[in-house]
Amino acid sequence: MTLARHVGGALVAAVAVWALSVSLGSFRDYQMADIAVYVVAIAGLTVLIGLSGQISLGNGAFMAVGAYATALLQMHLNWPLWALFPASAVIAAAFGAAVGVAAARLRGPYLAGATLMLAVALPTLATQFPGVFGGDQGLPVTVIPPAALGAAFPLTRWLAWVNAGTALIVLVLLANLARSRIGRSWQAIRDDETAAALAGLNVAGLRILAFVVSAACAGLAGAMLAAYSSQVSPGSFTLTLSIALLTGAVIGGLGSLAGALWGSLVVVLVPTYVTNVATSHGLSSTVAANIPVAAYGVVLIVVILVFPDGIQGGVRRLFGLPPPTAAVPLARLNSLRRRPPSSEHQEEGTT
Amino acid sequence: MREFIQFTLGGIGFGMVYAAIALSLVLIWRGTRILNYAQGAMAMLTTYIAFTVIGHTGSYWAGFAAALAAGLVLGAVIERAVIRPVENKPPLNAVVVTIGLLVFLEGLAGIIYGGQYRSFPAAFSITGLRAGSFSLGISRNDVFVAGAVLAAALGLAVLFRYTSAGLRLRAAAFNAYAARLLGVRVGRVLTLGWALAGLIGALAGVLVSPATFLYPASMDSIFVLGFTAAVIGGLDSPVGAVVGGLILGVALNYVGGYLGSNLVSLFGLAALIVVLMIRPSGLFSSRTGREV
Repeated sequence: MTLARHVGGALVAAVAVWALSVSLGSFRDYQMADIAVYVVAIAGLTVLIGLSGQISLGNGAFMAVGAYATALLQMHLNWPLWALFPASAVIAAAFGAAVGVAAARLRGPYLAGATLMLAVALPTLATQFPGVFGGDQGLPVTVIPPAALGAAFPLTRWLAWVNAGTALIVLVLLANLARSRIGRSWQAIRDDETAAALAGLNVAGLRILAFVVSAACAGLAGAMLAAYSSQVSPGSFTLTLSIALLTGAVIGGLGSLAGALWGSLVVVLVPTYVTNVATSHGLSSTVAANIPVAAYGVVLIVVILVFPDGIQGGVRRLFGLPPPTAAVPLARLNSLRRRPPSSEHQEEGTT
Repeated sequence: MREFIQFTLGGIGFGMVYAAIALSLVLIWRGTRILNYAQGAMAMLTTYIAFTVIGHTGSYWAGFAAALAAGLVLGAVIERAVIRPVENKPPLNAVVVTIGLLVFLEGLAGIIYGGQYRSFPAAFSITGLRAGSFSLGISRNDVFVAGAVLAAALGLAVLFRYTSAGLRLRAAAFNAYAARLLGVRVGRVLTLGWALAGLIGALAGVLVSPATFLYPASMDSIFVLGFTAAVIGGLDSPVGAVVGGLILGVALNYVGGYLGSNLVSLFGLAALIVVLMIRPSGLFSSRTGREV
């Protein structure tokens, strides 16, 4: 029943994507492909943070792994696109497993810091081994629309189809995973690790699995990024990317996959829009380029202080919907729990 | 051998900067159990303030003092304005807020000062010191950097051990509830802790910027390595922060010197992972259990 609902929703969305891509211009198609990349990456992060209660500031690094896997497999083995995407996801998932094994022992700030370091360090490999990874220039990736669509078929529309289609498949898979036994187990270890362990759940294994799923999504997003930007270079995988993913996940609302869509729209469209407005008001280009950056920061802080459930939480409140079973308001995310530094809010006996 | 001595001495200068950042992180962590990801960005902003003051007055020391004062104020203001509401909330809230702060401050610096790299003056000569004909690989300024951080660390130690403000800081960090019952204004003490951390971070920014240039993201890598140093030392231990900073600074200088500077951040990652694998809460941490 759940599966049917998810697949049905995805089919409706697919029709909407098709209609939009045909009616909009090539720039909008390009943006649609971009948004799809972020939807996949942010959905993976949402599962990791919202469901399993672990944080990663390093999913940009997994995107880099997926993107370079795509470029290298295409260059050396000449694999077709439909094989490149899953292969990149699998390779990134293997990386995620390695990181997850290390991460399963870490908590809160240690985990955040280790993954932050990953985001900073991993892309430097590309400059360290220019023979393999092409150095700062990066590697080319070529995508051409299939001949069956006709010679005049616009490339941007094909990219929008490929990326949006992949994103929809990923969302259906993740939505089902969240409703499955594994998803419920993740929520259990998120809410109370000790109780979950006592109930017989393999806590370390589940935490690692969450990293694997998140990394696979990031790797796939990296492959999609490589496909639509037709090249892979270390400059695409800065710390800013990892922070943008976190921003999108938090703004959209953690623990709800619909939130990933809202978050991606904000992360992709708002900076472009703000820059355009700033430039049209006669501000210099450096100022205009930095306003969205500062605005990101303000939005992150305000969302956490005022709307901890993100956009999706607001949408639900607007329509009077109950919070979803799989969703978690930030206030309940306590497997990252730290000892409260001052306990004046904790009345004795109520905790 | 000659190279080895040069790399060791050179590493101590950078190591002391990492130690300063680590120290500021530890100060905040002990008081509020929050890791301040914006520490580097705060240091970057105060260094820009120093840059402006130096430009107007022509005096390095006026800029130096302005940066430290600005760090003190910035730390206190940030604690009051955005950190206070997320204290006692789930840690992810604080992580996201300080990351938001990091992004905001870098954007703000970009709006005000632009993105170009600016050279920041050093306090003292940066020509290499020599012992006879032997080049030591460090300059008078490097000695000043190490001395300044050491002085700040000792000053903090004295403050914590011998003053009543220090006693309150320790009491609030040890057990806020009991401290409050004993009449400590815990809120003010936390603000003081953030202000002191802002000051130490500002010091690190002014000291390292002659070597890294000044631009909105200039403190990112320094912050990440300072964080690594703090984790190596154990986030609870000020002594560990300084030792961790020195170990990391020297080790990274060997890596950069012998193997190539591109490997530095990868090696930092490796060092962080290895330390966390062996001791998940740092080398100098006394607490091994985790609360459930």
